[in-house]
Amino acid sequence: MTEADPLLAVNNLVKTFDEGETSVTVLKGLDLTLGRGEIAALLGPSGSGKSTLLNVLGTLMRPTSGAFEMLGLNLVGARDVDLTEFRNQHIGFVFQAHHLLSDFTALENVMFPAATRKGRETAVDRRRATDLLDQVGLADRRDFAASKLSGGQKQRVAVARALMNNPELVLADEPTGNLDRESANRVMELLIEINGADGTTFFISTHDEKTANRCRRQIHMVDGRVVDA
Amino acid sequence: MLYSFKIASRYLTANRAQTALLIFGVAVGVYVFVFMSALIGGLAVLLLDRTVGNIAHITIEPSDRDPVSLYGASDGTLVAVLKSTEQRSTLQSAAPLLPAIKAIPHVTTVVGEILGSGFLTKGEAIAPVAVTGVEAEQVSAIANIAGNLTAGSTGLAINTALLGWGLADTLGVRVGQTVTLRSERGIEQTLTVGGIFSLGVASLDDAAIYLNIRAARVLFDLPEGLTRLEVKLDDLELAPGVAVDIANATGLKVTPWTAMNQQLLDGLVAQARSGDLIKGFALVTIVIGVASALLLSTYRRQSEIGIMRAMGATRRFVVFVFVIQGALIGLIGGLLGAGLGYLSLLPFPLPEATSGGGLPIDIRQGAYGTAILLTLIGAIIAAIWPASTASRVDPVKVIGL
Repeated sequence: MTEADPLLAVNNLVKTFDEGETSVTVLKGLDLTLGRGEIAALLGPSGSGKSTLLNVLGTLMRPTSGAFEMLGLNLVGARDVDLTEFRNQHIGFVFQAHHLLSDFTALENVMFPAATRKGRETAVDRRRATDLLDQVGLADRRDFAASKLSGGQKQRVAVARALMNNPELVLADEPTGNLDRESANRVMELLIEINGADGTTFFISTHDEKTANRCRRQIHMVDGRVVDA
Repeated sequence: MLYSFKIASRYLTANRAQTALLIFGVAVGVYVFVFMSALIGGLAVLLLDRTVGNIAHITIEPSDRDPVSLYGASDGTLVAVLKSTEQRSTLQSAAPLLPAIKAIPHVTTVVGEILGSGFLTKGEAIAPVAVTGVEAEQVSAIANIAGNLTAGSTGLAINTALLGWGLADTLGVRVGQTVTLRSERGIEQTLTVGGIFSLGVASLDDAAIYLNIRAARVLFDLPEGLTRLEVKLDDLELAPGVAVDIANATGLKVTPWTAMNQQLLDGLVAQARSGDLIKGFALVTIVIGVASALLLSTYRRQSEIGIMRAMGATRRFVVFVFVIQGALIGLIGGLLGAGLGYLSLLPFPLPEATSGGGLPIDIRQGAYGTAILLTLIGAIIAAIWPASTASRVDPVKVIGL
């Protein structure tokens, strides 16, 4: 699948951070290809560059050098406004700390990516957001303020939000890191189920071997490079 | 824009106490603005009313009869013109001019007068007087004699006189008593005091005497014609422009009240500037208050802004969210402050009706619309800096994966 139908590819990716007179190179010529419909775990010790790689793949950070293509588009030289639009339409995020908008309901949080693009909340988007909340088992919590939900429920709302715009890629950073075992299992089952149902590609950074083992592919990073994909 | 509005209003309603406090602060600033506008405006109305209320807005007199010089003034030439004293300066044919003057826009009243001077005696007491002869029904058309009577009535029979209270006091006369007026032409007439007035202007109260115009014609030996015309306008601030119109229409010497009250005008301008300065400070306070509150909000909501940016919200969207917050605060605070200002000014009488010592507040000059508009603009400007700061939030730094 990876070879035949690539979703994204990075080649010789380098990311260096300038810190005063010194600089730190975190990604050191990294190569990686992700195929459509994959569900892959990103493993590696702290400081190996996992978060930096996710930030670059999520178009939140520009690489210092190297090539980065997704959906056939070269994203390295793209303008900030184009990257923002690309991110909105093609990439979803699930954070370790869910990062919901606390003053908004579950439904409003899920609709946000679509509403911010269109400038309003449409009836179509409301229906899709309701369906997504139903899919993650929170149909009865749609009008609850985000701050009133439990940790597991918040994370499931975050998953629904990541899927709102039908992205080709969902980047998840320790999505089960803050959850108890039962909630963590439920969230992972949800990601695997969605991946199987609509072919959304998931790239999940994790320290948890059990979480990683549930993914079909494990990618190991050490010192800014992929050592085992 | 619509969605930015929703986010902005949600942010404002999320912390109601803080938002209410901020709006209240803006409203206080607007209240100060409205109050100062009404006070400064009212003060100007009071001063003008007290100073100009009992004089003509425009006076029309005969043109100078000085001889025309045949030699133009040029370098090295001194030309002297001898003032004409051969004839009295009067408007001999004023009647045909009246309709033309009355037809000029903003002119409400035109009064023909015979002016002169003389001495008023009562027994051994004697006082110099300035005499004004008018038609009986027009005695209160320029100076509000009827509204400022302290005794008697304004009825002007041919042998009746109305005196300023200072003059009456000097001579020790009361209503119903007789006095003798000797004019500058040496003609004497005995008059009955019909009324005593107090206009609050010493020069009038101490020396003015009003007569029926027919009595004045006899006293000043002027069987026909007038000394001058006095004009009232519906808006005294238009006097200079209307004076030009009258001069063009009549060819006479026309003088607006502003030409004789430059010090008052300078004082009013200085007063208005002082008021503008205070209002400016009120606006600056509003701008600083809104800017600092929104700036704090951007710091407090940094992670949420980062989330929005990560979810694909553009910088412009974030800017709108904060600018709309500023606009809403400015609009609501402006409406509240202007509304409270209006309500609190309601109990004050108009400056024209203010008695001595009262605050001359003019509710008509609260500048409510201007206050709301300037507050709205100020709040939007105040929001631009925080909005710009918010739009530059780096999602990686605040929520980084």
